[in-house]
Order: sequence, then C-alpha cells, then structure tokens
Amino acid sequence: MITSAIIPRPLARLPWRLIFLVAGIALFGLMVLFSAAGGSLQPWALKQGSVFLFFLGVAVLMSWLPESTIKALIFPGYVLIVLMLVAVDVLGFAAKGAQRWIDLGPISLQPSEFMKPAIALTLARFYELLPVGEVRNWRGIWPALAMLGVPAFLILVQPDLGTCIMVVLCGVTVMFLAGLPWWLFAAPAVTIAVAAPIAYSMLHGYQRKRIDVFLDPESDPLGAGYHIAQSKIAIGSGGIWGKGFLNGSQSHLDYLPEGHTDFAFAALAEEWGLIGGIILICAFAAVVRWGMKVAANGRTRFAQLSAAGLTACIFFYASINLMMVMGLAPVVGVPLPLISYGGSAVMTVMLCLGLLMAFERQQRTAARTF
Amino acid sequence: MKHVRFTNAHQSITFSRRMMLVGGAQAAIGTMLIGRMGWLAVAQNQKYQLLSESNRVQLIPVPPRRGWIIDRAGKPIAINRSSFRVDIVPQQLEKGRDVVGELARLLTLNADEVDRIHRDLSASRGFQPVQVAENVTYEQYAGVTVRLPDLPGVQATRGFSRYYPDGPAVAHLLGYVGSANAKEYEAERKNPLLLIPGVKIGKQGLEKTLEPYLRGTPGGQRVEVTAGGKLVKELDPKPDRSGQTVQLTIDQGLQQFAARRMGDQSGALVAMDVTSGDILAFVSMPAFDPNSFSEGIGRTEWGNLSTNDHIPLLNKVAQGLYPSGSTIKPAMALAFLKQGIDPKRRVHCAGGWQIGNRYFRCDAVHGSMDMRSAVERSCNTYFWATGLITDPEKTTEMVNYLGYGQEFDLPIPTQRYGTMPSPEWLEKKYHRKWQGYDSANTSIGQGYVLVNPLQLAVMPARMGSGLLVQPRLLMNRTKKSVPRLDVDPEHLAIVRDAMAAVVNERGTAVASKLPIDGVLMAGKTGTAQVFRLGERGHQGSWALRDHALFIAFAPADKPRYAIGCIIEHGGFGASAAAPIVRDSMTYLFDKQKAFAALDPLEKQWGGTLAERNARQLESFKSAPPAGA
Repeated sequence: MITSAIIPRPLARLPWRLIFLVAGIALFGLMVLFSAAGGSLQPWALKQGSVFLFFLGVAVLMSWLPESTIKALIFPGYVLIVLMLVAVDVLGFAAKGAQRWIDLGPISLQPSEFMKPAIALTLARFYELLPVGEVRNWRGIWPALAMLGVPAFLILVQPDLGTCIMVVLCGVTVMFLAGLPWWLFAAPAVTIAVAAPIAYSMLHGYQRKRIDVFLDPESDPLGAGYHIAQSKIAIGSGGIWGKGFLNGSQSHLDYLPEGHTDFAFAALAEEWGLIGGIILICAFAAVVRWGMKVAANGRTRFAQLSAAGLTACIFFYASINLMMVMGLAPVVGVPLPLISYGGSAVMTVMLCLGLLMAFERQQRTAARTF
Repeated sequence: MKHVRFTNAHQSITFSRRMMLVGGAQAAIGTMLIGRMGWLAVAQNQKYQLLSESNRVQLIPVPPRRGWIIDRAGKPIAINRSSFRVDIVPQQLEKGRDVVGELARLLTLNADEVDRIHRDLSASRGFQPVQVAENVTYEQYAGVTVRLPDLPGVQATRGFSRYYPDGPAVAHLLGYVGSANAKEYEAERKNPLLLIPGVKIGKQGLEKTLEPYLRGTPGGQRVEVTAGGKLVKELDPKPDRSGQTVQLTIDQGLQQFAARRMGDQSGALVAMDVTSGDILAFVSMPAFDPNSFSEGIGRTEWGNLSTNDHIPLLNKVAQGLYPSGSTIKPAMALAFLKQGIDPKRRVHCAGGWQIGNRYFRCDAVHGSMDMRSAVERSCNTYFWATGLITDPEKTTEMVNYLGYGQEFDLPIPTQRYGTMPSPEWLEKKYHRKWQGYDSANTSIGQGYVLVNPLQLAVMPARMGSGLLVQPRLLMNRTKKSVPRLDVDPEHLAIVRDAMAAVVNERGTAVASKLPIDGVLMAGKTGTAQVFRLGERGHQGSWALRDHALFIAFAPADKPRYAIGCIIEHGGFGASAAAPIVRDSMTYLFDKQKAFAALDPLEKQWGGTLAERNARQLESFKSAPPAGA
C-alpha cells in the first residue's frame, strides 16, 4: 500500500500497516516473555521471536496464494486434518493419556490448530457451492453441522476443551453469516439459558463447587480458584500505569501460575498497567477490524465467508483468553496469540492472517469476476 | 421451487446485516474487556494491591525474650537461659535426602519424635521452621553444626529457654511455660508467633496470669518470598521488645527455705507481711520441677507426678481446702468478745459437753477454763459451750471478716476459697435449720468449715496488725492505705495475749518457741479431722491421719510477719506444722539459726530437696510400674 518509486512493487503492495501492527503486538509479547524470564532472552523470548519471524514470512508468502488454489486445496486439506485428528485420538487411546500431537521427527504437528482456519474455509466453500435457495433448507444445515461436529468431537475427546470451543465458535460464525435461519442460533442459546439453572440444581455438591469457584474464585483461593484469583491480583495490583517493566511481583515471585503462557496477559497488565492492557486490546481490535473489512469487501461469497471466519478465529483466540484471565470465563487453556509463549498459537494466527492477506491482495488486484 | 424466497439479493443483504451484528458483538466484547480491566485495575486497585503485597511480603515473627520474674529484693526467680535447638526449614530441604534420619542419629531421637517431625514437615508452610529438638546438649549442637554443609535445610540455633533457679520450690507460685496448644492458638486468633518453634507461653500460675506483661512484643523479619516459599530478599526488620520484668512480693530466700523445710511432707505454707499484705512465701509441696515442664516433660516424670499420693500437681495454696480445726479459735474468741462474752467467764471442762442427745468429747479433761486458757490449751468444751450461747450468724460474720472463707484479689488462675458456714448459708445450701451441733462444730473449725492456706496466713496477719490487710503478690509502688479492723483494740489485745501463751507459756505449741532472744511468736495450733471422732490421732495409715495446721504471727508484741501452714495428714498441729512455721519465722529474723535447724533434718531425710527429687525420679525410672 506504500507507493514509492524506490520500493519494488511486490513489496510495496503488502499490507504494511497490518504487518507493523502484528509485529508491534508480537514485540510487546516478547517484552513480556523477557520480563517473565527474569529479564532474560532465554528461555522464551528468543525462541518465540524466531518462531514469529518464521511464520510472518510464511504469512507474507501465503498472501500470493490465489483464491482458486485455496478453493482447490480446502476439501482435501479438511479431510487430511480430520484423518490426522483420528490418528491423534487413536495414538492417545493407545498411550492411555491425553494426546494432541503427531510427532514428525524434528517438528511435531498439532492437527487441531490447523482445524481452526480450516473449518472456516471449509464451511465457506460449502456455502459457496450450495445453491442460494438451499441455504435455509435442511440440506444447507446438516452437512455443515456434520463438517463442524466431527472435528469438534474428535478434538473434545483429546481432550482439549479450549480448542474445541474455538473451532465450534469459528464454524458457527461462518454458518451465521451464511444466512442460516435465526432460530438455529437462538434456540440453543435459549435452551442453555433455561437449562443451566435446572442442571445446576441437579448437580452433585462437588460439581456445584467447581461452578461456584468459577463464579467466585476467592472462595477457594488455594484450590481450583488459585489461577484466576492470582491473575486478578496481578491485573488489579497493576493499577493504571503498572508496576513497571521487570517489576511485577506476582509474575516474578511465581504467584501467577502460567505467567508466560496462558496468563501472560496478567503478567503484562501487572507491569504495564491498564494503559498497556488497553493498548494491546486496541491493537487486537484493529487487527480484527482489518479482517472484518477484508470480509466485507470480499469479491466472492467464499472470500467473504472465509475472511469473516478467519477473523473470528483471531477474535475468539484473543477474547476467550482475556475473559479467562480477567475471571469472566472458566480456565479452558486458550493462550493469547502473539503474546503467550508457544508456537502453535502464533502459527494459527499467522496462517489466518496470511490467508486474509491473500484475500485482501486479490480484492485490490484481481479482475472482478462474479 | 415454491419455497425459494431466498435469492442472491437476499443473501447479500443478510450477509452485510449479519456482518454488522458480528462486528458489533466483537466491539461489545472488546469494550466489556476494557471495562472489566478498568474495574479490576482502577476501582479495585487498592484491594488487589494489598493482596499482591501480602503475597509478596511475609512476616517472619522474631520472638521476644520473656520478661524476668524477680522477688521483692530483685533476686531472679524466673529467668531465661540460653539453650540450643535444632530446626528444619522445609523449603531448603533437598529431595531424596533423609535429613531427618541423619538428625535422629545425631541427636538420638526416638521413633515417636521422628514421626512427629515428619508430620510437622508435611503440614508446614515452606518458610516456617519445624522443630527437630530443643534443649540439646552443647555436644549435640556442635555435632550438628559441623555437619551443617551436609544437612541442607537444617538450622542449629541458640535460643532461650525458661529457667527457674529454685525449681520445685516456686512451681505452684509461678506455674510453668510450654508451647501453645491448638486451643490457645485459636484463642489468640491464630497469632503466628505461637507457631514458631521454641516460643513458650505461660500455662499455669503467675506465668499464665502475667502473660500479657511477660511476653513482650515480637519483632518481625519482613522477607520477600516466592509462591514456593523461597526467600528472595530480606526487607527492613522490625525490632522485638522483651517482656517486662515483674517484681513479686515474694522473698525468694524464705520461699526456698520453707519449701525445703517441709521435707517430704505434703502441705502448704503462706507467709505475709502483716502491715502491707505482701505475700512473702507461697509454698505448696511436694511440687513438680517447672524446669522439666518448660522443656516438655518426659513420660516417666509425668507418671511419677500423677501417681504420687502427695499430689505434687495440685496447687494446695490456692486450691487445697481443709477444715480449719482449732486455728479458728482466736477468731471465735474475738467474735465472742464482740458479742459481750466476759473473757473471765469460766466453763468447766469435764472432758466433753452434752449437746442435744450427743456427747461431744474434748481432747482432755481441762478443768475450769476462761477464754485465755481455752485458747492456750485449745479446750473444745469452752468453745462448744460458748458457741451455744452466742449468735452463730454474728460469729460467722466475724470469722469471715478475719479471712476464713474469703476470696482474695490475687493474680492466680484458680482460687478455691472454701466455706464459713452460717445459718443463712445452711438454709440456702442444705435447706435445714441451724442446730446446736452446727454451732459446736463451727466453733472448733470442723463440720462445714473449709479454708485454704492463704486464709490461714491472712487470719493471723489481720489479728496481728489490727489492719484489714489484703494479700498481694505483685510489687507496685502505689501503696493503698489499709483500713483498721472494725474490732475493739482491747479485744484484740486479749486474743493476741492468748495466742502468745499458746507458744510461750503452757499452751499446745510450747515446743515451737522461737530460738531468738526477745522475739516471741504468737500462734494457734489446729488439728483437722479427716475421719470421724474416735478414730482420730495417730493412725497407722498416712492417708487416714489428721491434718496438722498452725497459724502464727511474730513478734508477739509488735507483729511484723504472719504465717499459716497446713501439713496434710501430719497428725497434731503442734507436732507437724508448728515446727515448720517456727523455723520459717526464724528465717525471717535470723537466717543462720534457721539453717542450723534445717541442716540436721535434711541430713536425716537424705539430702536437699533437689537431691531427693533427682533420686526419686531415678528410682521411678529404674522400676516403672506396669503399664506406664
């Protein structure tokens, strides 16, 4: 988007504003990891930085993928990921324990991560192929439900509740935007709202206690509520301006569990305060807004739906984590992309952004074909 | 295709409408997140800052040194002695090393102890030390110290433990100290100080009642610790303040002398200054050694104490109740005088007195008695006869006024103050009318009359000084003026004269004259029946013998000190209690003469109190009873 005679055209055509935004978020994350390690690049910041740079490169390269190629690859890709999920479950069953990875020598693959963008693309492709008139019929609903339900179930039994919820939410967003009837979304929501109190009253004491602890973590500060309680202490004690870089006592004295992974935002908020938190949330909001614009400007139904689905993936990634860290949602183990230590979240988000950049490039360059 | 109303145009409109909805929902969630964060970080900032501080900073209390207890002259009777102890700091333990086992070998700990340490370790919080052993010998301490590099997590420190130089002699006066139990910890609202190994609190006696003064204020070492309990750095410490020194009215020398003088007998002795009410001695024997209680008492020693028929665990001064016996007679005489009985009035003692259908037998055939000779010779007949012609309500009032049956304001945990029966009391308690034999019993200190040894000292103190003195244990500078007794001084003179005669003329205690020129002692013997009349006197079985009592003041003409003493199952008051009072009183005037009297006795008993105690424990250890 930068127009200059010096910079070669392909480079100038990259969405630099987005790239700077994402790189800024990642840099902020690296500082959090640097601080969480007690002011050291080891063991997290350096590794995380190189992983980010690698996937940024991948995303930039992906931006040249033509939509037709994506369309051609998506169904085989979906089937391949489902097969990998089955393989993971079978391996996990054989190893009598939780299993999320496929070990491929130097790298290990977590197929459930690929499923997040894949489900958005697959459903978008399905609704593009579906004749317009069928969308509100049964034929427009059950194949989508099956395509969403099978991987969601396979991920749930891994067990990985956080990823399962995200895959379902991404899929549901695409289905909602595709124009499925209202009642399909309203009915389950109403059912849950009505059934929850009844189910609660029928629960056993210890099950009820788990829910009580989520609603009021301070009631069990040493047990199940410990993570949330300590996370809230970290955020709350940071105040407006924070305790200062490298001065967070909650994270440095290990009171905040998982301060470099799932609860990295609490560590960030402790040191950078409300200001730092708002800056980060706004940065994510800008990324999401960019993605939604790409979706709105989509030239094809596939581009529209998949861009919205991919954006939803990024959005849910960040918002579920933030809600969890601030005590608004139960601890389900969703990391904060680009901030938390760990390669898979970076990979997923950068894949989403790469695809979004591809759609965006085609909006600007490709001949308009309807 | 009837139902197909959904067209491309519809679809496009639906999509953009729903996109706006999704975008709006995303914006709403984003706003909610910022709002939530603002609420946590701004509105609730103070609360969470406090929580974060309490996470970060831990206060390790530094126990204060316990205040001393000193006697009236400033001589220490409870002090702190440096001692050696070994603790474990759980956070510094290394996995896979049997430190406890190694310590058990070094300190020769038994299996029970090792068990306790493992229990404490698993229940402890990382930075709080767990006690391994206290009061270890210097050799053991040194042994652990040189191996410290090989024993991660072990601390060998010098601390302080309570020490009572006089041992058993002050046991019931001072009580003892010990580690707080769960109930005491709860009662102090979980004061963390009480959890520190080596911190002892008063458990009995003055150590317990004076706890607020003696404890002092703990200091604190503020440290930054990680969630795992690892110490990061030390912050500014808060210094501790030692407990106050408390001065008692006790005369340490007399206290110890009286305790030694009692020998192996079971009894109590209280000495008082008659004008100030200062308690000079507060002795209950036999007694436990408070030093072994403060260190945590061994099972054999406990067994020894709890099975002893001389009940060394009972504070007889404050909780022992005995019939006053004839020690009540001087007070009775005062009561009679106040009611208009002529001291010259004579009663003929033919060896007893008929009351109703019962004949009360006197100890001897005393012949014609007036008040002075009846007190001097302790003639029951005179008091029976005179008790019957006086008002029992008024008589009791006087005796009670002089101290029997009274509770005193003293800082001792429990005080049983006995009974001084009156018609009104009898009606209330037993729902029956006062009879002649009640008057008779009361006038010789039997029947319902029950007194404690404190009262045995207050009575002669009040009669000796003519003042309504109140006993006191704590020295304080402000001295309240003591009111005079509401008694005719002439009456007092008559009774004092009679009491002087008891010891110095032809009375029951002539064998207990003071061996000091110019100082006469006035007193009254008492023999309290444990069993019924007719079985009294010298019984073969110790437990069936009468209690021996003696009350006294000296000098008889210008009283300064009063002493009350009771020897359980001592037989006649004159033979068991009076000599102890005599020697204790002698001590107050001439220490050398007093020790001259004590030394041959201790040789005969087989050594001093401490020596005999040690020997007894040794014999108990070598032959423990079955089941102990």
